[in-house]
Amino acid sequence: MIKLSRRSILAAAPAALALRVYPACAKDYGPGVTDTEIKIGNTVPYSGPASPYGTIGKAQAAYYKMINDKGGINGRKINFISYDDAYSPPKAVEQVRKLVEQDQVLFVESPLGTPTNSAIWAYMNQKKVPQLFVATGATKWNDPKGHPWTMGWQPNYQSEGRIYATYILKEKPEAKIGVLFQNDDFGKDYLKGLKDGLGEKNAKMVAVEGPYETTDPTVDSQIVSMKSAGCDVFVNCGTPKFAAQGIRKAAEIGWKPLHVLSSVGNSVGAALKPAGLDNSKDIVSDFYLKDPTDTAWKDDQGYKDWVAFMDKYYPEGDKTDGGNITGYSQAQTAVQVLTQCGDNLTRENVMKQAANLKDFVLPMCLPGIKLNTSPTDFAPMKQVQMGRFDGTRWQLFGSLIAGAVEHT
Amino acid sequence: MTVQSEESVTVPTAPAVTDITVTRPGGLRVTARHLLIGAAVLVGLILPWMVQSFVMFQLTQVMIYGLAILGLNLLTGFNGQFSLGHSAFYGIGAYTAAILMSRYDMNYALTLPAAGGVCFIVGFLFGLPALRLQGLYLALATFALAIAMPQILKFHPLEGLTGGVQGLVVIQPDPPALLSFLSSDQWLYYFTLSVILVMFAAAANLVRSRTGRAIMAIRDHPIAAAATGINTAVYKTLTFGVSALYTGVAGALGALAVAFVAPDSFSFLLSVSFLVGLVIGGVGSIPGCLFGGLFVLYVPNIAESISTGLAGAIYGAILLLVIFVMPSGAAGFCRYAVAYIRRSRTPRNANQH
Repeated sequence: MIKLSRRSILAAAPAALALRVYPACAKDYGPGVTDTEIKIGNTVPYSGPASPYGTIGKAQAAYYKMINDKGGINGRKINFISYDDAYSPPKAVEQVRKLVEQDQVLFVESPLGTPTNSAIWAYMNQKKVPQLFVATGATKWNDPKGHPWTMGWQPNYQSEGRIYATYILKEKPEAKIGVLFQNDDFGKDYLKGLKDGLGEKNAKMVAVEGPYETTDPTVDSQIVSMKSAGCDVFVNCGTPKFAAQGIRKAAEIGWKPLHVLSSVGNSVGAALKPAGLDNSKDIVSDFYLKDPTDTAWKDDQGYKDWVAFMDKYYPEGDKTDGGNITGYSQAQTAVQVLTQCGDNLTRENVMKQAANLKDFVLPMCLPGIKLNTSPTDFAPMKQVQMGRFDGTRWQLFGSLIAGAVEHT
Repeated sequence: MTVQSEESVTVPTAPAVTDITVTRPGGLRVTARHLLIGAAVLVGLILPWMVQSFVMFQLTQVMIYGLAILGLNLLTGFNGQFSLGHSAFYGIGAYTAAILMSRYDMNYALTLPAAGGVCFIVGFLFGLPALRLQGLYLALATFALAIAMPQILKFHPLEGLTGGVQGLVVIQPDPPALLSFLSSDQWLYYFTLSVILVMFAAAANLVRSRTGRAIMAIRDHPIAAAATGINTAVYKTLTFGVSALYTGVAGALGALAVAFVAPDSFSFLLSVSFLVGLVIGGVGSIPGCLFGGLFVLYVPNIAESISTGLAGAIYGAILLLVIFVMPSGAAGFCRYAVAYIRRSRTPRNANQH
């Protein structure tokens, strides 16, 4: 028998009241939300020069289909509307306006590309529509004050640069560094991160800055000048094509520095194979997602779930393409935000919950990586792990390293 | 059989045939045309009050693409010079406007003549070496211009001006105080509409003038044109300049509408869409350009809405279908339709008399 005292009844009354009132109050819907549906918008280049990235959008659509088959989020199905922006800024503006004004989506998730996101940046913030988890590593997306409706996702290039600095200071405190980087925002983000990480005291460690233009046929002269300046550390921040040229040239002229390769250029297929796997031995780089071609994950639960998902919901997708892991993980992040929102599905609350991720773990991120955000921190992923190429595949080593950078 | 052979003869000289028909029935035909234009303008004026602001934005872009296609049409349709480089002129116009507005705080309306002027000069200068090139060779030379443009815009020494890969953000114009009841989308629509009307009217006048006849004579028979005393070199380079001016003004309007410019917006693919719009709208037709603009903006969207995975294939299929149904573009299709209706009427009239 349960004894009910007067005191316990008195204590329980407000709680019961709160329980009854709570759902009525909390059911607060923004555009695109009903009792049975949540509309999410997205743009990805399905056509044009960047169309290989299109698979990221398809993987996301497949993931939402799986969520819907399992009953949706709090009983609401996800209606994922993804349009082609062809990697063209005007097309991105048109498609995003269509999503916001005609389709009335609750928010736009993971639009892809730096130029396209730059084009919709002002519009989204003016309209107060969340532009969540943009698929680009530029540092400017972490700007909660200036752009409170835009949030990044992956580790940004500046924080990667800082991580390389930390690693170099530990391995070679007296290093003479040569940096190869693309002469644009993306390359300069890396350089700035590296210099910031080295600190003022060590800034002169960067002996040779070797910028290249995307129009350059080769980067040979940059590599030669690094060797002749006596550099013993080579930070290679090229896109796959230029990264490969750098690796090959260094091997050709017999230069054997500590070679740090950025995550942009660390694809085995796109950079290391063309450069020669032997030439690529002992290069170090940083990672945050599980490499689908790495056999080390074959018994990993997260990897097995992903393979099962791919087999059932996206069988035509390429299981060696990292884009399918990116899309899968981005959609999972959005689902987490919506789950946290509960029945309060306004744009304000979506942004509030996106800025309230606490130690969120993505199954296809490297073990230990946790996503954290706060109202003053819009960079969800900050940790990476270093890996060394053993001639056939990347061997991860050491522990996770963190280094978040805010937009200034 | 005879009908077919008649048609195949009239295809190349289509504009000339309409000229004759205009003069024959006297004022009636001309007023019908005027009525049609008036109705189109009226629809254009009313539309912003009937559609969502997003559709308005799309229609603004249709007009802008139509203007850019008109620029290409003046060069290709009326003067017979090929260009795959009009994305470059469009880009120069857009960047001129964006730089003047964001770096020098110039009024947005003043950036249009500036963009047009810059493009006229660039187009004129490019027209000089183009004099030595014809047909496929000219297409290749202009193709080079289109390929070079995005990289020039990213070029490091110019970065202080162009903003490099990051591009430039433009502030969208607000309606003037007198028209403050309009939303900024509506204002932009009307602003574009008025620019388009002026530019289209000017183009129609140009084509109908002595100069226009000289331009077309060069297209149809350059040697005969030269023999009648037309200075082909001057006319060809000037046409290049004017064509670039039109596309440049369209680019400046495009920068205002999108409120952002970046090098990747002005890739070679844009030139190809202009060319597609030109052929679909009708080579050598001025109103056809707007139809071309509609096609360029909406058909990729339609294709995508049918199937995301096969959007490219569906776009191709629609393109083929349209070209089979309207081999001389929308304008040619209309001409055939009008001619067909007339032909079917004529015997009845003959019986009555």
